[in-house]
Amino acid sequence: MTAAASDGAAPAATGQPGRSASSGRLLRIAVPAAMMVLLVAAWQAYCTLYEVPHYILPSPLRVAQAMWTDWPILGAALIVTLKITFAALLLALVGGVALAVLMVQSRWFELALFPYAVVLQVTPIVAIAPLIIIYAPTTQQALLICAWIVAFFPVLSNTMQGLKSTDHNLLNLFELYGASRWQTLLYLKLPNALPYFLAGLRIAGGLALIAAVVAEFAAGSAGAGSGLAFRLLESQFRLNIPRLFAALILLSLTGVVIFAATSAVSHLLLRRWHESALKREN
Amino acid sequence: MDPQRASIPAGAEAGSGRPIIRLRNVSKTFSSGTVALSGLSLDVAPGSFVSLLGPSGCGKSTALRIIAGLGDPTSGTVEWPTSKHDSSGRPEREISFVFQEPTLMPWATVFRNVWLPLRLKGISKAEASGRVMEALDLVGLAKFAGAYPRELSGGMKMRVSIARALVTRPKVLLMDEPFAALDEITRFKLNNDLLHLWETYGWTVVFVTHSVFESVYLSDRIVVMAARPGRVFEDMAIDAPYPRGDAFRTSAGYAEHCRRVSASLHAAIMSSTAGLDDHL
Repeated sequence: MTAAASDGAAPAATGQPGRSASSGRLLRIAVPAAMMVLLVAAWQAYCTLYEVPHYILPSPLRVAQAMWTDWPILGAALIVTLKITFAALLLALVGGVALAVLMVQSRWFELALFPYAVVLQVTPIVAIAPLIIIYAPTTQQALLICAWIVAFFPVLSNTMQGLKSTDHNLLNLFELYGASRWQTLLYLKLPNALPYFLAGLRIAGGLALIAAVVAEFAAGSAGAGSGLAFRLLESQFRLNIPRLFAALILLSLTGVVIFAATSAVSHLLLRRWHESALKREN
Repeated sequence: MDPQRASIPAGAEAGSGRPIIRLRNVSKTFSSGTVALSGLSLDVAPGSFVSLLGPSGCGKSTALRIIAGLGDPTSGTVEWPTSKHDSSGRPEREISFVFQEPTLMPWATVFRNVWLPLRLKGISKAEASGRVMEALDLVGLAKFAGAYPRELSGGMKMRVSIARALVTRPKVLLMDEPFAALDEITRFKLNNDLLHLWETYGWTVVFVTHSVFESVYLSDRIVVMAARPGRVFEDMAIDAPYPRGDAFRTSAGYAEHCRRVSASLHAAIMSSTAGLDDHL
């Protein structure tokens, strides 16, 4: 009797995890999507029912319309912002990693440079931006420098932390087998720093976009080379609020895409060996 | 290899030939002022299995590291009388070191971990492949060459670590409590594997442990050390013949050796200035 009951219960119990796994995946997409539909519908309803003027709060439909009709302007601006963000991010990665390696390899470099890296990081970028705009040859370069200053620090400090937190026994092992400094760096310290570097990359990705926008706010450039931030300000001055919303949505989406891309890179590189990328099974 | 060698106690052999490692009055004082070793002298005969046994803080791991060349002694000398010396007068020691933890690179597969010592000598993956697989085969892990360390059990990781030590075909194997963190069944198994490999290849093994039973089972010579300051307390030969197996583990002779070594270890602990209470 009890045996029969447990026989009957067993398949149901084993069937549970499979079902919950696939329904879990569905929920992860369905719930946020439903939430968005709900919010947009509520927004639309509010604007229609209370007849809110579009220069105060445009309805979602009007924002979509602005996105469509103003795409030539917004699309060009998006490209400019993307170029600055990714160029800054790329330079931040190269510069951050190179400086981290230099500082970890040589105590002199660390003593001489690290305090200034910290000063650059803690001084608010909006406060430095006007100066940079005066000194840089073009506005684009000024924006790039601003975005780089903000984005490189998390890469630098995380990579340094990773390079320094190498297992002492592994360092002993390398010494024992007569590894050169270069070999120790290449085969031991850099792989060890990879998870730290990737955490820095995820922060730097978001910061590069933020800094690109903030710097453009400070620069206030106009004309052909304008990015999304300038278009946003311009829309505000002209009370073209639908376009402002459209620019804002584009910025948000860019941030989300950068975060998703850096997270995906991180997952791909770590999935085989690092605790952060592994599923815990108890 | 000389099949007779295994049954000769190391003490007798040490008198005949030159030692492979010779420590003379080695002292080590850390920057904190702690005296880890004081006047340690030790000759290790080629082909012997020497255990350094002692309470924690007796400097046995420090002694092993100094032998390995990881950190210089504060005073005294470490000589390698039988080794060739390079142009700058440094001995070309063919040693491998096994740490208490497996000390594997988590980002590298088992194969790449074992390849490491050869890779650092500039031997390419293709060239090293045969020797790496041979070393993995010796520890019974050839099937796991493509696995990552995290996918292995504690005992398997330790075996990878041993394979990495063996891949360079060392003359001297230095082991720092390599099995301390493993469960008893795995430890017995690896004890047997290690003894078997030692009998087959005739390396010299210096083995650091705090286990009386493990040291008696494995070694032909036990150096009991005392703490504060770290020094040699008693040098004991374990004259039971090899090969040793599970029968030896349960024999009266084994128990007698254990009793004798235990008594010596206890006396070593009591002789430390602070005594047993401080150790516990």
